[in-house]
Amino acid sequence: MNPLQIMLLILAASSVTYMIAARRATRFAGLPGAGKSRPLHYGWYAALWCAIPAMLILALWLAMEPRLPDTVRNPFELGGHFALMTLLALTFGAALAWARRHLEPGHNARKSIERFLRNLLLICSSIAIFTTIGIVLSVLFEALQFFSLVPIGDFLLGVEWSPQTAIREDQVGSSGAFGAVPLFAGTLLISMIAMTMAAPLGLMSAIFLGEYATTRLRSVAKPMLEILAGIPTVVYGFFAVLWVAPTIRNATLALGLDASSESALAAGAVMGIMLIPFICSLSDDVIVAVPRNLRDGSYALGATRSETVRKVVLPAALPGIIGGLLLAISRAIGETMIVVMAAGLAARLTANPLESVTTVTVQIVSLLTGDQEFDSPKTLAAFALGLTLFAITLVLNIIALHIVRRYREQYE
Amino acid sequence: MSNATTLEKVRGGLRRRYRAERRFRMAGMASVLVGLSFVVLLFGAIINAGTGAFTQTRFLLDIELNERAFAGHDVSPDALQNALARADYRGLVHQSLYSLFPEARSRHDKKALRKLVSSGAAFDLRAQVAADPSAIGSTIRFDALADDESDLFYKGKINRNLAEDSRRLSDRQIAWLDRLAEIGKVERRFNRNLFTRGDSREPERAGLLGALTGSFFALLVAFMLSFPIGIATAVYLEEFAPRNRLTDLIEVNINNLAAVPSIIFGLLGLAVLLNFFGLPRSSSLVGGIVLALMTLPTIIIAGRAALKAVPPSMRHAALAMGASPMQTVLHHTLPLAMPGVLTGAVIGMAQALGESAPLLMIGMVAFIVDVPQNFTDPATALPVQVYLWANQAERAFTELAAAATLVLLVFLIVMNLAAVLLRKSFERRW
Repeated sequence: MNPLQIMLLILAASSVTYMIAARRATRFAGLPGAGKSRPLHYGWYAALWCAIPAMLILALWLAMEPRLPDTVRNPFELGGHFALMTLLALTFGAALAWARRHLEPGHNARKSIERFLRNLLLICSSIAIFTTIGIVLSVLFEALQFFSLVPIGDFLLGVEWSPQTAIREDQVGSSGAFGAVPLFAGTLLISMIAMTMAAPLGLMSAIFLGEYATTRLRSVAKPMLEILAGIPTVVYGFFAVLWVAPTIRNATLALGLDASSESALAAGAVMGIMLIPFICSLSDDVIVAVPRNLRDGSYALGATRSETVRKVVLPAALPGIIGGLLLAISRAIGETMIVVMAAGLAARLTANPLESVTTVTVQIVSLLTGDQEFDSPKTLAAFALGLTLFAITLVLNIIALHIVRRYREQYE
Repeated sequence: MSNATTLEKVRGGLRRRYRAERRFRMAGMASVLVGLSFVVLLFGAIINAGTGAFTQTRFLLDIELNERAFAGHDVSPDALQNALARADYRGLVHQSLYSLFPEARSRHDKKALRKLVSSGAAFDLRAQVAADPSAIGSTIRFDALADDESDLFYKGKINRNLAEDSRRLSDRQIAWLDRLAEIGKVERRFNRNLFTRGDSREPERAGLLGALTGSFFALLVAFMLSFPIGIATAVYLEEFAPRNRLTDLIEVNINNLAAVPSIIFGLLGLAVLLNFFGLPRSSSLVGGIVLALMTLPTIIIAGRAALKAVPPSMRHAALAMGASPMQTVLHHTLPLAMPGVLTGAVIGMAQALGESAPLLMIGMVAFIVDVPQNFTDPATALPVQVYLWANQAERAFTELAAAATLVLLVFLIVMNLAAVLLRKSFERRW
């Protein structure tokens, strides 16, 4: 029997227990102490007691099995899962006896079940914490291993990145170079291009839709812009390769310049398109939150709409807008598919948007796709980059969320 | 006197101020238009590149299934199977082509001629003969799949005016292709391979079924994990949680996880699920778990908003009738909030369907021909298939990548429409 079948067997046995217990409990009506719980509560009580210990035993067994000696795993050479099945049957019997003892009118089964459910809810909620801990530990653990091979100073300050380790020990450059500055510079360059495009367009769109557009125009244009937010990033990446990069290349050739077909400009521009709806909706939220009376005061003094927006609404909304822009920068830095498809692999330290640069996320992907042994500095370097990326985006997010929340409290 | 000058000053400045006002307004309108034009441009470019892949070219060949090729097929059923397995289908297809163009005699010419038909045509012929062995000995009509270059030629994507050495088809091949079209041996049909086959090295035989199945399995796993856990978390935080440090910590973590770059989740999956727990690499099970962790914040946030929208009077009424807090939630609050929770779940699943970066980390980018049969088979996903095809050098794969993108976008549009409809039809004003 495979684990899935055993699981189904346990569930079937537990449902039988449920039915028996629930039927017995129907006789409690009118007895002293009854009335706090209904038959179904007794049924659930018995079924949970039967199912959960058996499931835990099964999970434990599956986790331990490879490490158990054969005498424990299969003591009588009766094949397959004899030992496991005996263990499960014993657990099930004990649980059944326990549940049977509590199957009486004086025992409030509902209360026990509700306590159980509440704890279950709490456990589910803490999965968010465990995920964060898992991310930090897994990335940190591998990154520390990397830093024991490559000094952290060389990683953060070195300007040469060539992770291709040689096949033979004595080859030139066999250790590889892990200076990440070109990657940081490339990430920054592409993010900057994206932000110079997305920030004004997103902000102006939000202002126009919020302050000028009629309700009808707004109800059409806003969902249209939000389509952009729902498009997967791989589609943007493909759009960059398919249309934007060739167009930019042809345009620059016509101007007498020579843009790389994997230019930072193409990747950044497409990333900018992706960020427009993000910035637009975040700015829209904060602009709408500026109290009406500030605007009315400005109009009463004879200011035009644009003057009101520029001198009253925007300064009032500034913290929120900056928070939104920071969130957008954090997304640009962590964005993967667009740059993997549209940006290059060569680590170059340049500020020329027409050249090809590489980014942190591109390198993580290129280091970890394909088969290689797990403990080489090459794969570990990816985790060091991941740690850097996680730390930077975390700080940006915390600052941004803090600013946005402070701002919101100010006007509530 | 001074009043008059102030008034003049104001009046004098008015024109300038109104101009500035108009400029500002135009700038706003222009940004919205630029944004919208990007939507049009993006869809236009992809539709333009992708629609071609939904049809493909077939050559209507007459194939003579001569007795010699299936020697001994009429002796016994076993011998038939043997003959069917051994027959040289490739040769039969080529023979039929040679007979159409007797002028192609040299080895060089014959090779060029053979290249017009897909190398997969032999497999199709084999399937057709195996389905009806009684046709052996007669001449049958067989629709041979065209090679991707011939296909692109008929779709007008190969410029015949280019110099011969800068295109993939020679002058002679183009002449043959023209001739085939002239004598009515060419037909363009719906590309069934695209939806019935897995990936392939031959663009004309590559399909999306493997990627669609992989995405389906991964989304199923993601939904089965993130939906119950997401609801449980939302219910706990909204209905039961006391205000304490633990609750604050959970909330901070959820907000933060929503903004962590998706590739970091891939690193988590690689280090913990693959290397620590030893789950199978490239499997949709691992992909699903990673996607579940990513969509959890979306579902939790939507679920909390939906629970918050249920008015307190409902809870008070239930409590007043003697229901316990848990009964109040399970029997009243949660069912009332369910449409909102479901909407959030659908949107979360749409996000998960489009996500590819973390899947690259856990090995769902391998070249996989077989359609996955269960959760642990190596698989790939729809967006990853787009990425894989976009990376291929052949132009036919670019067309396929665009077609796969269109399929992906159709799924996303359907899911988002479902979410909108769900919200519209069950929305309640209290």
